[in-house]
Amino acid sequence: MQKPNNPFRKLVMSAALSTLLFASTTPANAEDTIKVGVLHSLSGTMAISETTLKDTMLMLIDEQNKKGGLLGKKLEAVVVDPASNWPLFAEKARELITKDKVASIFGCWTSVSRKSVLPVIEELNSILFYPVQYEGEESSKNVFYTGAAPNQQAIPAVDYLMNDLKVQRWVLAGTDYVYPRTTNKILEAYLKAKGVAAKDIMINYTPFGHSDWQSIVSDIKKFGSTGKKTAVVSTINGDANVPFYKELGNQGISAEKIPVVAFSVGEEELSGMDTKPLVGHLAAWNYFMSVDTTKNAAFIQQWKDYIKNPKRVTNDPMEAHYIGFNMWVKAVEKAGTTDADAVQKALIGVEFPNLSGGVAKMLPNHHISKPVLIGEIQGDGQFVTVWQTNKVIDGDAWSDFLPDSKPIIADWTAPISCGNYNTKTKKCSGQNY
Amino acid sequence: MKTPTFKSRLKTPSDLGLVAVQPSAPLLLLVAISTLARCEIGGVFKRLATLGCLLTALLIFNQPLVAQEQTAAEPFAQALELLRQGSMQEREQAIEQLSGDMRSLSLLQALQDGKLFDFKAQSKLVIAQEIDTGYSLTDPLNGTALPNVERSEVGKINLNNKLRGNIRKIVGQLQLNAPNASVRLAAVKAMNTDIDEKALALLKSHLTNESDEAVKQAIQKILLLQDLNSSDKALRIAAIEALKDLDSQDVVNTLQVIIDKDADGNYLESDSDVRNLAEAALIKIRERMQAYAAVETVFFGLSLGAVLVLAAIGLAITFGVMGIINMAHGELMMLGAYTTYVMQQLLPNHLGTALILSIPMAFLVAALVGIAIERGIIRFLYGRPLETLLATFGVSLFLQQSVRSIFSPLNRSVSTPEWMSGSWQINDFLSLTWNRFYILIFCLLVFTALLQILKRTKLGLEVRAVAQNRGMARAMGIPTARVDALTFGLGSGIAGVAGVALSQITNVGPNLGQAYIVDSFMVVVFGGVGNLFGTLVAGFTLGIANKVLEPYAGAVLAKILVLVFIILFIQKRPRGLFPQKGRAAES
Repeated sequence: MQKPNNPFRKLVMSAALSTLLFASTTPANAEDTIKVGVLHSLSGTMAISETTLKDTMLMLIDEQNKKGGLLGKKLEAVVVDPASNWPLFAEKARELITKDKVASIFGCWTSVSRKSVLPVIEELNSILFYPVQYEGEESSKNVFYTGAAPNQQAIPAVDYLMNDLKVQRWVLAGTDYVYPRTTNKILEAYLKAKGVAAKDIMINYTPFGHSDWQSIVSDIKKFGSTGKKTAVVSTINGDANVPFYKELGNQGISAEKIPVVAFSVGEEELSGMDTKPLVGHLAAWNYFMSVDTTKNAAFIQQWKDYIKNPKRVTNDPMEAHYIGFNMWVKAVEKAGTTDADAVQKALIGVEFPNLSGGVAKMLPNHHISKPVLIGEIQGDGQFVTVWQTNKVIDGDAWSDFLPDSKPIIADWTAPISCGNYNTKTKKCSGQNY
Repeated sequence: MKTPTFKSRLKTPSDLGLVAVQPSAPLLLLVAISTLARCEIGGVFKRLATLGCLLTALLIFNQPLVAQEQTAAEPFAQALELLRQGSMQEREQAIEQLSGDMRSLSLLQALQDGKLFDFKAQSKLVIAQEIDTGYSLTDPLNGTALPNVERSEVGKINLNNKLRGNIRKIVGQLQLNAPNASVRLAAVKAMNTDIDEKALALLKSHLTNESDEAVKQAIQKILLLQDLNSSDKALRIAAIEALKDLDSQDVVNTLQVIIDKDADGNYLESDSDVRNLAEAALIKIRERMQAYAAVETVFFGLSLGAVLVLAAIGLAITFGVMGIINMAHGELMMLGAYTTYVMQQLLPNHLGTALILSIPMAFLVAALVGIAIERGIIRFLYGRPLETLLATFGVSLFLQQSVRSIFSPLNRSVSTPEWMSGSWQINDFLSLTWNRFYILIFCLLVFTALLQILKRTKLGLEVRAVAQNRGMARAMGIPTARVDALTFGLGSGIAGVAGVALSQITNVGPNLGQAYIVDSFMVVVFGGVGNLFGTLVAGFTLGIANKVLEPYAGAVLAKILVLVFIILFIQKRPRGLFPQKGRAAES
């Protein structure tokens, strides 16, 4: 956590930094550098999460340059600020590709920003690395999904609750937008397939930034007081989590009675929360800062040195960018060019070790393989892993638990070369993504 | 894939050189027991090691060994060592071992509260209390104070939910004889879930010695619930009779099981008398539950209303009395919340004091910023509402981005002091959360204070005069420019104070203000512009309406319905609930 000391030095520094960034976008030395677009919000609502990813990208690019760059050229980061404004994401992406001629883009956080960038990136045939866990039901030729698909986060988490904690009643609570709605649809179908009765599932949606959780928590308490073990599967988006957990704590719902497993609460979010009421609640991710591997220790040290703050934490989307960037570097080296088509082809099958163990492989459906970890929140804002898959899980773009998407697969290798291929009708839908 | 393992695992007894004591070596057994019996806990490991060497040497001398785990050698110390650096499974065993021993009570309690640490340098468990420079340590077994240490010298003993549950039960059993009645009550309640024969026998024997009425009742309830499973019909009926007047969720659940059918459609309870009695009891309890639920909804509504009133009341002055559309009002609340954060950073060990001191500080900070905004921007724009709106919107963006640059875009963590967390548990069906309760009272206090300022002080008189007729007020010698600045400062300061309250229930981040600005305007307009009482009534009305609708319509739809209602209401009564009367209002 940063201390609010010498605020003015910070102001001056950030001003200087932004001038630098502006300077770096001028195409003075366009010939001898490879440009990499960084499309993360630095202002507005999403700045809270995305600023860190921008810094991660700058760190990774910096390090690659220290190793001698790529294909004999230096890498150059082009940072733009889409300001948490979804249409602006598309505009900025177009600017990055046409004006700055970036070789690939690393960016987006919310699904809606990704959906906004999609048509642009497909029209101009570029590459986007998307680092955040998402709802699936998509596979674009031009997007590489380094975050978790539902089968790499939500489904294993539910399995853990059902098998290890013997949960029988389920509250699916989420913020009212596309990711929670789709995920909860998949989870509901999955739970019903596992024999959970409809009366044992409670689904609840709240608006963005909801802060008055009294009635909902009281409902959850009543729902969970029937004697059957109850758990909350939370797709509640970042900001609304603090008042939610506070209310849970205040109404006396401890993690022992009704555990909450969250898909959007990571180390970074925890660093801005009073963790007392959260201790013991769960989160499912593919990476925890507390994972004890030498690679991870090195990454954390590198991050702390780069950001010059020993208290900063690392999180799952940062690892996704770390994997995505290194895969891209490998693919460019393999292809010998930064040409989008060649790199897209070269990327499939590229392997790179995960920080949390195992090897990530870029699959033909543009998703990667990752381990799934479930951790309990500790008082210091870190997770202790309580369960993990014994091997890496392949990301599945189209959920097998929704009847509509069950027969659909994504495979960007010949002969299928389609992101939305129906194995029953043997047809590729006209839709590109 | 590599499983994350704890770097140093506990040496098994055989590693330490402690191996099976063969029947042919009774002498050695004697030596071992007598040595161990004299062992003090502090030096136990050193002694164990020496003893281990001795044993090994002698045993090797005597005969080949049969490797066999031995547990008799001071299981208590062994359990402590497992707890200190074992895996979660090993810790579970360790806690199980500690359960029968009174010595472990304070240790387990510390573990439960997250205060048990591993003192790495001395390889022993300590209870650590956070202080300014690091941790102050005490020995968990005899309570003696140890020298203070730096943060990095100790490592916290982590737990998972299963272990926390186990510890709670064990502590409950150990605390059953505690001198304090409330501790005993908590202990009985902790034992309530999944009660086993052993615990039941313990409770039964304790009941005869128990003097406190509440503890007695709690134990009796558990015993009665157990009676419902007995094979004696009379006992079951008597139990239902005794239980039907209790407001307890356990009773509802158990009675529900009696009237439920199993998968084949047969009743779980074979006797129809018992069933009918249980059903009647359930209906009665459910009626009471509904009444409690209604009380709860009203409380939720009032507390939501209190937050709305707090957020809106500053605006009721700047917008209501002065007529300035201040889009930066939310950001002034944000400044108040950040002031709380800074105060807590300055006084990290006195959260409660920091929070109370934040109230005047936040008022000052927000009021000064407010006066600066008024003097710097708004005074040039009086009578031009559209330009004021745009200018203050610009100010709000400026304030947000400044906070982002100074404090980082991440949310800041503001802690809740102990006396504001938790809830007032009236019974199983009704509990009121303390933070909401305090905010409700705080809201009423702020409202009264503001009302008194406007009614009884010179500033208040001048404010009212300027609001009614600026020209006439100036003609009477009132310095209108100064009054404008002070009024705006007052409204802004109140917004800052509201920010302190908000920091206790929501995120402290750059976007805090945006979340409340629309609601604030809504409350002021609904209540009637220029009327403080209107704001109060409107806030509480909207809060309760929201909470009454929420269970039926869901949070999203409830909000929409309330907005639709306000739109219709404003169509009918454009001046809100309590319109300003008189000539000044018409202008």
